Amino acid sequence: MGALTRTFRSFLLTELVGGMASTFKMMFQPKVTLNYPYEKGPLSPRFRGEHALRRYPNGEERCIACKLCEATCPAEAITIEAEERDDGSRRTTRYDIDMTKCIYCGLCEEACPVDAIVEGPNYEFATETREELLYDKDKLLENGDRWEALLARRLEYDAPYR
Amino acid sequence: MVRVIVDGTPVDVPAGFSALQACEAAGKEIPRFCYHERLSVAGNCRMCLVQVVRAPKPVASCGFPVSEGMEILTDTEVVRRARRAVMEFLLINHPLDCPICDQGGECDLQDQAYGYGSGISRYQEAKRAVTDKNLGPLVKTVMTRCIQCTRCVRFATEVAGTPELGMVSRGENAEITTYVEKALTSELSGNLIDICPVGALTAKPSAFHARSWEYKKTDSIDVMDAVGTNIQIQARGGEVMRIVPRVNDEVNEEWLSDKGRFSVDGLKRRRLDRPWVRVHGKLMQASWQEAFVSLARRLDGVSGYQIGAIAGDLCDAESLCALKDLMTSLGSPNLDCRQDNAWYDLNAREGYLFNSGILGIEEADALLLVGTHPRHEAPVLNARIRKRLLEAGRGGFPIAMIGHPLTDPTYPAELLGDGPEVLEKLLDGSHAFAEILKTAKRPMMIIGHGALTRPDASAIYDACKKLAVQTGAIAEGWNGLNVLHTAASRVGALDLGFLPGTRGRNASGMLRGGVDVLWLLGADEFPIDKIGADTFVVYQGHHGDAAAARADIILPGAAYTEKPGTYVNTEGRVQRSFRAVFPPGEAREDWRILRAFSEVIGKTLPYDTLDALRDRMAEVNPVFRQIGSVAQPSAQIEGQGASASSAPATSAAQEEGLAASAFRPVMQDYYQTNPISRASPTMADCSRVYGPVRAVAAE
Repeated sequence: MGALTRTFRSFLLTELVGGMASTFKMMFQPKVTLNYPYEKGPLSPRFRGEHALRRYPNGEERCIACKLCEATCPAEAITIEAEERDDGSRRTTRYDIDMTKCIYCGLCEEACPVDAIVEGPNYEFATETREELLYDKDKLLENGDRWEALLARRLEYDAPYR
Repeated sequence: MVRVIVDGTPVDVPAGFSALQACEAAGKEIPRFCYHERLSVAGNCRMCLVQVVRAPKPVASCGFPVSEGMEILTDTEVVRRARRAVMEFLLINHPLDCPICDQGGECDLQDQAYGYGSGISRYQEAKRAVTDKNLGPLVKTVMTRCIQCTRCVRFATEVAGTPELGMVSRGENAEITTYVEKALTSELSGNLIDICPVGALTAKPSAFHARSWEYKKTDSIDVMDAVGTNIQIQARGGEVMRIVPRVNDEVNEEWLSDKGRFSVDGLKRRRLDRPWVRVHGKLMQASWQEAFVSLARRLDGVSGYQIGAIAGDLCDAESLCALKDLMTSLGSPNLDCRQDNAWYDLNAREGYLFNSGILGIEEADALLLVGTHPRHEAPVLNARIRKRLLEAGRGGFPIAMIGHPLTDPTYPAELLGDGPEVLEKLLDGSHAFAEILKTAKRPMMIIGHGALTRPDASAIYDACKKLAVQTGAIAEGWNGLNVLHTAASRVGALDLGFLPGTRGRNASGMLRGGVDVLWLLGADEFPIDKIGADTFVVYQGHHGDAAAARADIILPGAAYTEKPGTYVNTEGRVQRSFRAVFPPGEAREDWRILRAFSEVIGKTLPYDTLDALRDRMAEVNPVFRQIGSVAQPSAQIEGQGASASSAPATSAAQEEGLAASAFRPVMQDYYQTNPISRASPTMADCSRVYGPVRAVAAE
């Protein structure tokens, strides 16, 4: 292609016309953007979002303070203190996750022998202050109670592959 | 020696070794559960199976003696398959509750299941469950986890000497029990936790508190008794979580007394974490500056002879040396480390040491205990006496006691009498035991503080010494005349010459209003009301015990876990510990407090670093250069050593001749002997369960 052709094209604005044609074509195709927060995209059952501590159906907390999640956490975001509860069972007295340290790798969930700590489908937990992201046991259990239906379902979906 | 071939490598081992020991000598690791090198062989876990060439089937190596030319194969398919099968059997009834088991992370079964366990279980039937036993306030049981290795039964019977555990029933119904529900009475019961290869026996006070991988581990020395047990302090965050023994065959083998192990929770309670100054009769919080200034003002113009210092039982040698130097610079000869007014023969270092050494107990062939009850005063040393007694093929080990023990000494000991008058009978040979001591090649005598704290201590010691010479307990290459101390700081203090100088007063002299200002370095073990009403008391220590309540100024110091220290045990072995955690609040290392205060009064001590202080200690007494070994007898201790030994008046007033009264026990309650154990809720529990029988109304 010589200099002549290039000059010819640039004077006839063919690139511009091509671009506009593409734009015009796209006007009749389905939209890929979502009207967030009114619309949301689909999530995999393996999505790793905000953490939650689950309970058994009878209301007993699942966590047994084995500290495997704390040990495995590569970001050292989890802090656990444990003690014997009055009924003799092994329970945490403190279960903190520093969500600002967490890298959402999901190893805590992998390590948990009782499916207590899970990363749920929630990713909308932005806060105005840093302190609000230092989750304690109450917050995590509350998360678990709020999301339990979804959490149970995603574990069920994923169970055949574990 | 016998030559055996392990996996093709020839290795020479002594005859009588087991195949397992031969394999270890060849550097092969054999998995085991029931075998423990310090216990008898049981051979019931079957994990240590190896193949012996020409044997029809795999043999349990722990109980199989070696023979000349034996060929052992440790890593064949047959062996691996056999061990896998054993592991599968062991796991059949094991609950696999590792996530809630305190042994998780340091469990033999867990570790070996990684090597030999199968990923899945073929066992479909119901697992067995066993009722948990209540073994008292120290040992928690989860008997379902038990694999019936019987290590605990053998430990209790052989080492602790309290045969309270046993196995009942057989097959699937076999279980470890105390027969009738009772708390273990041994002072060594904590070692059951270490010795259990699974999580059946775990520590009750620290149940569920932490995991083995979370600990920061620091080597240290136990100060609860004078044995100088080598320990490892395991801390998490700024908190000491637990204490476990370290192996030192010359001192504690691998045992630790319960007080040393379980007093840790006392380190968190009743601590002095800031200076206090008494203002108008009331203790007020103060800053270091205020405390130092008001103390300096009080000391201003007071003659050195009116200042005194008493050192307690848990002090490290560093702080003793610093306090001694401070007192010397103040011109005070009033120093004493003997709160209990004990009398020692200070002419030579041998006069106050456990001369034959703890290892020497294994060489002795007759033992006389005078006014001591080692089971309470030094449980780990007591285990060594028992070990000597049980040693097979060494002949008898006759043991006799003078002074009635509070509890069973854990070995058969002939009670010769309650008071020192028996010594006279032994000396003139009219007592039968004198003959036993004479015929023994290496007779040994242990003099305890039941004898040395009496007014006639010097007469008792002289009688013992005469008896020792008579019976050959003091001979060429053997010195069997031993003093058993109960305070961890005592020998170090004596080595440093922390004793009254010329015209100095001893502890009881200082207490009866003999001094105007009394500096107590962690000293709590004397009746506080004996301190004169006008005496100004400075208490430097770590716990708010009795003496701190009486003090006019409190200087918060560091406990033994919070400072690097040097301790000399009853044998004269100099050992060092390291800092595991920092002292709480404003509290500081004791020698630093003394060094800082010396600057305030313008008599600055000549050392700024720990190394410089340790050089100074070695200058005072060269034994402090010999870390870890039993130090050789030193020449004269600088300064006060000579005057202390040549001036009997500075010691407690001594009576002539032996008194007729019976020996009194050194400690009434093993679990409550120092500020740390008195602050510990666990020790309080133990004291309630095991302690002295108090008068209770009949039910």
